[in-house]
Amino acid sequence: MSLEFLVATAIGALTAGGIYLCLRARTFQVVLGLTLLSYAVNLFLFAMGRLIVDRPPLWSKTTTEYADPLPQALVLTAIVITFGMTALAVTLALRSFLESGTDQVDGSAEARAIDEEAKR
Amino acid sequence: MSAASHLIIAPVLIPAVVAPFALLVMRRRRRVGVALSLFGCVAMLAAAIALMAQAQDDAIRVYAIGGWQPPFGIVLVLARLAAIMLVLAATLATLVMTHAVVTGLDRKGWHFHPMFQFQLLGLNGAFLTGDLFNLFVFFEVLLIASYGLMLHGQGTARLKAGVHYVVINIVGSTLFLIAMGLLYGLTGTLNMADMSLRVAALPAGDQGLLRAAALLLVAVFALKAAILPLHLWLPRTYAAAAPAVAALFAIMTKVGVYAIIRVVPLVFGADAGAAAWAPAPWLLPAALLTALVGFAGVLAGRTVREQAAYAVLASTGTLLSAVATWREDALAAALYYLPHSTLAGAALFLVADAIGRRRAGYADSAAPGPGFADRQAVAALFMLAAIGIVGLPPLSGFVGKLLILQSTFGADEAPWIWGTVLGTTLIGILGFARTGSAIFWKTEAANAASRSCTPGQADLIAPAAAIGLLGALTLGAGPVTEQAAAAAAQIIAPDRYIGAVLPRGAS
Repeated sequence: MSLEFLVATAIGALTAGGIYLCLRARTFQVVLGLTLLSYAVNLFLFAMGRLIVDRPPLWSKTTTEYADPLPQALVLTAIVITFGMTALAVTLALRSFLESGTDQVDGSAEARAIDEEAKR
Repeated sequence: MSAASHLIIAPVLIPAVVAPFALLVMRRRRRVGVALSLFGCVAMLAAAIALMAQAQDDAIRVYAIGGWQPPFGIVLVLARLAAIMLVLAATLATLVMTHAVVTGLDRKGWHFHPMFQFQLLGLNGAFLTGDLFNLFVFFEVLLIASYGLMLHGQGTARLKAGVHYVVINIVGSTLFLIAMGLLYGLTGTLNMADMSLRVAALPAGDQGLLRAAALLLVAVFALKAAILPLHLWLPRTYAAAAPAVAALFAIMTKVGVYAIIRVVPLVFGADAGAAAWAPAPWLLPAALLTALVGFAGVLAGRTVREQAAYAVLASTGTLLSAVATWREDALAAALYYLPHSTLAGAALFLVADAIGRRRAGYADSAAPGPGFADRQAVAALFMLAAIGIVGLPPLSGFVGKLLILQSTFGADEAPWIWGTVLGTTLIGILGFARTGSAIFWKTEAANAASRSCTPGQADLIAPAAAIGLLGALTLGAGPVTEQAAAAAAQIIAPDRYIGAVLPRGAS
């Protein structure tokens, strides 16, 4: 199996899982879905600099072949931003749970009733 | 470089410096922090006006950050469109900040002022940047700040709407990264001017990917601008946020519109192969439906805030229906309507706040309650704000809609645009007439549970000033339309933008 096939499959699986989890009704699952999606995007961005093995990302006079360093910098920025975003989403989901008494994404009274029904 | 050429970075630098200082002094010396934050807004307004004056000579100014020359470094680009948006953002920020300080909204949490400044940092940066990834970063900055501002003051309804708002925007950011990654993979650059040149030279094999990337990118901007069918997050979020914060958010949808106006003619213009004007056939129907849904929401809204949220949606739809024809005169009309619709939406939110603060127990719901303080003054402000956002004479909404109708006359799409704009105006009038008569004309005898509050008249200053600005836009319609026309001429001819960013015309 080629490297391209492996990376493409990984991105596809992560995206599919991420989308599935994002469409779930509980905030925790949605947060996990967002995390999976961000992993998929980071891999995707990384692959956009082409998949090159065993080359330095820095240019110097002696090297003729080098990997594209820009996607690596982009991925770094994207990781930092998604990290902050995920932290915020977790805090928000927790506060929403504590205030409305249910972890349904809508936080509605009906969702709460269903939750209490399930507990009994 | 002279001092004047460094001015371009001032709108980004001022909030970036003010925000941390406001955060530091806030706990011990509140007043100093508030003064600092207000000073930041005024300084930003001054810088924006100075930049507007610079842009008058029709030259496009480029500021290479750190001296790294494009296409390798990040550039800030000052064109007429960016200058208009900067002045608009700074004006709105000063108004909203005044209102928040006067009404004590900023005292409901510790971090209102720093977040407000970071929001402005993101807005100004998004207007100025000439780099696609930098645009993403500034979008994130303004979104992160907006999450904080939206939740400011807290409450269950705000938290519930907040979860939706945050999740949908994170998904939006993910799509932005995918679109941008595709474009980088195809062109090998992130500088928008450079990308424009390289997109035109792409081989035939890459055209499908290019088209996908173009449509994905515009879909992300459409999500920010809240265009049908990506509008569902907006009404709930804006109606749940504190009204003064929602007034600032009136410009957030316009950032999406700005990004569409900036990127589509520049990168996906006539030379872009399979992606040439790719989003155009989708944009117009979506915009018209947005206007329709927005004004239907105005008719159905149960509170003034809900109506204002739908009115913001509707005005974005009207604005984009003019943009989506991609004709120079229609674009000029849209650029006149853009400041108007932002200020009118903000005015309506501020008036909703003034109503809500006076009717304890009823707030701003469209139900008859007992009489309240300053009823005549508030009623007059509500009527003027409603006239402004719906687009009736004598305020600038009428001029804006007239310009849009006039500029699209004779186009193939004209019947659709004319029908929607005129029909939705009528629906909007009905909606606001219903609310206004319920709140201001019908009164019930006061019962024990509700008492009228008299918060003083200071909270009427900002709404009155916003409506005063609408009046100024009407009286100054001549000069403003000249500005808009000049900006539209720059947008429709992206060669000058490219020539300014890449003087060698190389790559």
